[in-house]
Amino acid sequence: MSATGIGASVKRTEDIRFITGKGHYTDDINRHGQAYAYFLRSPHAHATINKIDASAALKAPGVVAIFTGDDIAADKVGGLICGWMIHSKDGSPMKAGAHPALAQGKVRYVGDHVAVVIADTYAQAREAGEKIVVDYGVLPAATDTATTAKPGAPQVHDVAPNNTVYNWHIGDKAATDAAFAAAAHVTKLDLINNRLIPNAMEPRAAVGEYDSGTDALTLYTTSQNPHVARLVLSAFIGIAPEHKLRVIAPDVGGGFGSKIFIYAEETVCVWAAKKIDRPVKWTADRTEAFLSDAHGRDHVTHAELALDVGGKITGLRVHTIANLGAYLSTFSSSVPTYLYGLLLSGQYNIPAIYCEVDAVYTNTAPVDAYRGAGRPEATFVVERIVEIAARQLGRDPGEFRRANFVTSFPHQTPVILAYDAGNYGGALDKALALADYKGIGARKAASAAKGKLRGIGFSAYIEACGLAPSAAVGSLGAGVGLWESAEVRVNPIGTVEVLTGSHSHGQGHETTFAQLVSQRLGIPFENVSIVHGDTDKVQMGMGTYGSRSGAVGMSAVSKALDKIEAKAKKVAGHVLEASEQDIEFKDGKFTVKGTDKAIDFASVALQAYIAHKFNGQELEPGLKETAFWDPTNFTFPAGVHICELEIDPETGVTTIDRWTAVDDFGALINPMIVEGQVHGGVAQGIGQAMLEGAVYNGDGQLLTASFMDYCMPRADDLPSFRVETIETRCPSNPLGIKGCGEAGAIAAPPAVINAITDAVGHEDVAMPATAQVIWRAAQKAILKRAAE
Amino acid sequence: MYAFTYHQPNDVAAAVALLDEDAKLLAGGQTLLPTMKQRLASPASIVDLGKIGELSGISREGETIVIGAMTRHADVAANAAVHQAIPALAALAGGIGDPHVRNRGTIGGSLANNDPAADYPAAVLALGATIVTNKRELAAEAFFHGLFETALGEGEIIVKVRFPIPQKAAYQKFRNPASRFALVGVFVTQTKGGARVAVTGAGASGVFRVNALEAALGASFAAAALKDATVPAEGLNTDMHADAAYRAHLIVVLARRAVAAAG
Repeated sequence: MSATGIGASVKRTEDIRFITGKGHYTDDINRHGQAYAYFLRSPHAHATINKIDASAALKAPGVVAIFTGDDIAADKVGGLICGWMIHSKDGSPMKAGAHPALAQGKVRYVGDHVAVVIADTYAQAREAGEKIVVDYGVLPAATDTATTAKPGAPQVHDVAPNNTVYNWHIGDKAATDAAFAAAAHVTKLDLINNRLIPNAMEPRAAVGEYDSGTDALTLYTTSQNPHVARLVLSAFIGIAPEHKLRVIAPDVGGGFGSKIFIYAEETVCVWAAKKIDRPVKWTADRTEAFLSDAHGRDHVTHAELALDVGGKITGLRVHTIANLGAYLSTFSSSVPTYLYGLLLSGQYNIPAIYCEVDAVYTNTAPVDAYRGAGRPEATFVVERIVEIAARQLGRDPGEFRRANFVTSFPHQTPVILAYDAGNYGGALDKALALADYKGIGARKAASAAKGKLRGIGFSAYIEACGLAPSAAVGSLGAGVGLWESAEVRVNPIGTVEVLTGSHSHGQGHETTFAQLVSQRLGIPFENVSIVHGDTDKVQMGMGTYGSRSGAVGMSAVSKALDKIEAKAKKVAGHVLEASEQDIEFKDGKFTVKGTDKAIDFASVALQAYIAHKFNGQELEPGLKETAFWDPTNFTFPAGVHICELEIDPETGVTTIDRWTAVDDFGALINPMIVEGQVHGGVAQGIGQAMLEGAVYNGDGQLLTASFMDYCMPRADDLPSFRVETIETRCPSNPLGIKGCGEAGAIAAPPAVINAITDAVGHEDVAMPATAQVIWRAAQKAILKRAAE
Repeated sequence: MYAFTYHQPNDVAAAVALLDEDAKLLAGGQTLLPTMKQRLASPASIVDLGKIGELSGISREGETIVIGAMTRHADVAANAAVHQAIPALAALAGGIGDPHVRNRGTIGGSLANNDPAADYPAAVLALGATIVTNKRELAAEAFFHGLFETALGEGEIIVKVRFPIPQKAAYQKFRNPASRFALVGVFVTQTKGGARVAVTGAGASGVFRVNALEAALGASFAAAALKDATVPAEGLNTDMHADAAYRAHLIVVLARRAVAAAG
């Protein structure tokens, strides 16, 4: 391994500019003559818009234009779309209500977009916005996930009776029913997967610009997938044809899924830029981020696990109500279905699974993918119910899991996915050792002696990443393919630019992708630059989400590098006057087999461009190759996380004492970056388990609309993490990568809740398990113990 | 933020002269400025007290510690006289907000704002402090009037606060995990006159004293004296972070821990 090649913990190239304030984010972009947009948002969760009177606002200082939904519709610009078609179990297509960028006739959640005011300054736009008089007819709101589909609930969209988007199912109902009929033991569980608000450090922003000379538009935006944004804005919303629309996603300060989607604000900015023939800029403030970024999770679930007399799992039955909010966001429909139901087998050999999901509308912000997207929800169901089953049967939670692990590969689950490689027992062994599981009894006794309660919780998670084989997702309803593209441009002096369809918004691609190129071409790491995020530079690509940039994005780079090597060998053959078949390439040198004739990579690059040594009609000059990589399978990162914590039963204050993570991410490109991803993911997972929870009241007002009330995890909430890996290479991509970006957020919540419930005598505990929640459970446990 | 006129007077009399019903006093600005930024407040003028030297400073005067209204939390937290005489007060000041807040926020601003989750009101009430304004002297009990309300009248500015030095004192704060304000804060004191227990964060009408706990501690200033004590949940806040019953429970736990910490 070289100091900068695959497997080296190279320090992140991009951090120098980020930590010295030299990053270049969307809000740093200012275009000549730009105006500013202010979005007037609905203060009501559900209301008809009877009249919008903007006459006073239009006269306010600096105002350039005020637009409403009718203005956009008059321009034949379409609404926002949901790009994944889900069919209900009766075969009917999902019932998607219209999603105009600016509301037409009705608002459906607090924060919904009523009008846009464009003015010379942001302050002027905002001042004017407050002068718009909207006559609302306030309606009762449907805000509760569990009851919104019940008869009599306020109706969010006329096209979706009982607020039901779809009633989806997966698995074999008859086989599952049979497993339960024959079961020796059934474990039942009701749970809520709490609603989360992403809160990327950088809020969303957009600058739309129109060039009347070329009739072309440019949109600078905080996107995880600028090409997908261009495709949707062009082909579906109808802003401009793709060749007249450039989308640039510069440095982006965190996404976690929330910047995958195509939102109202960027659509309006780029549309309005042409309308007024001036650049239009908008940057969300934090309140807007809370109100209008797509939220995550929000499931209400009942699950049942069937077991035979020996404690083998024989069946799993799940019913989930998934809240999708007021409108279907870009990929929302796929999250509680194919990213959820397919993961319900966990790491276990479960012969029969049947899962039903009712997706529902409410008068709340749209809900879509958030770090893990469906897989944390599935893991929470599986790892909670497996834990409870082990307790009910009096089995050790680790050994009970081990007895049910999938042990041979490939393994076909009853819910579509075929696991290709893994070593679940190996991860468990290593985690048990690192966590000193043998010593837990003594540590619990030591805590008890101090009047504290100590608990330990396991999470043996699996995820499906590396999204995803295009034909497979197409057959499941996806509107796009999930391949990735790469272009490798070798310059005449041997430096290299890699243009990737992946997008880095914290992942460190500028480092890891360069490590791959440095290793493969044997050139200095510093001689490689990574270009991404601009549809005019980079060919069509699909972007970054679902832990796919390594497994899919780098595979495309690898494939392009194969082509570079093949072409370079041809050039080297001519230069070294040898047959192409006799050329070997290693450590940046081309050699002729059996001779001492050699030429380095940079010299071959120069020869490729000067084209003196070969016939340009037979071999094209230049050294630049393109590749599209379409995966053949999902990847299956998996691992075991163990949380050990101590509770002060007097207050409920809980301290995580040890966190052990043993993950199998396949091959690692940069172990330091992988460890950072695990830290961040676990932090978010602990946040979900103990701190975070979006709360709407019955009127649909978001009560947790600031950091004063919505609790993000902070450093002092978190333990020092023990992060280790094991490796089974992914067989379906050339680098053996499985992906690591979401694992922590998927693994952590059940590990925390299993540990808390272990400490409080198995009393049920809901997320977020705040001190108050834990105190109540601890008091119950103490009373119960006293009664016994 | 809406436009406003900014004044920076050099003495209290000049400040008072600038006050009218559309004017707001600016001390540390830790509540007022965010409120203005969120356009929830729109004063026509701001009278900044920052240049009035007589409002700042800490001194010991016999058996009292005197703290000027514009004294920053960080200065109280670091002051040797406060540390020596009322270490619990220094610790309280050092635990307010974060370093940014402590370097801007002032004791006078905190008291005049009377946020029901602020720390200083608990100390002022438990220590039996006197609030000295440009017009009069107010006992702590007479100063706090419910949520964000005080006895301060028109044209009245807090000049300083006089804290009698107790025999023992300690403050225990249970933080709201999101805001890190006091979900419940309990300040206990022991003086020749008896024990006092003041609670912030929990009361539906702001800071208050707990007579039952004071009586128990008056008999014996020891944690054991509160072993079986309870506080009724009536009159306490229920919100999404904690309900009244939990807050009632925490008051007793924190009072016990404060007494233990007071030594």
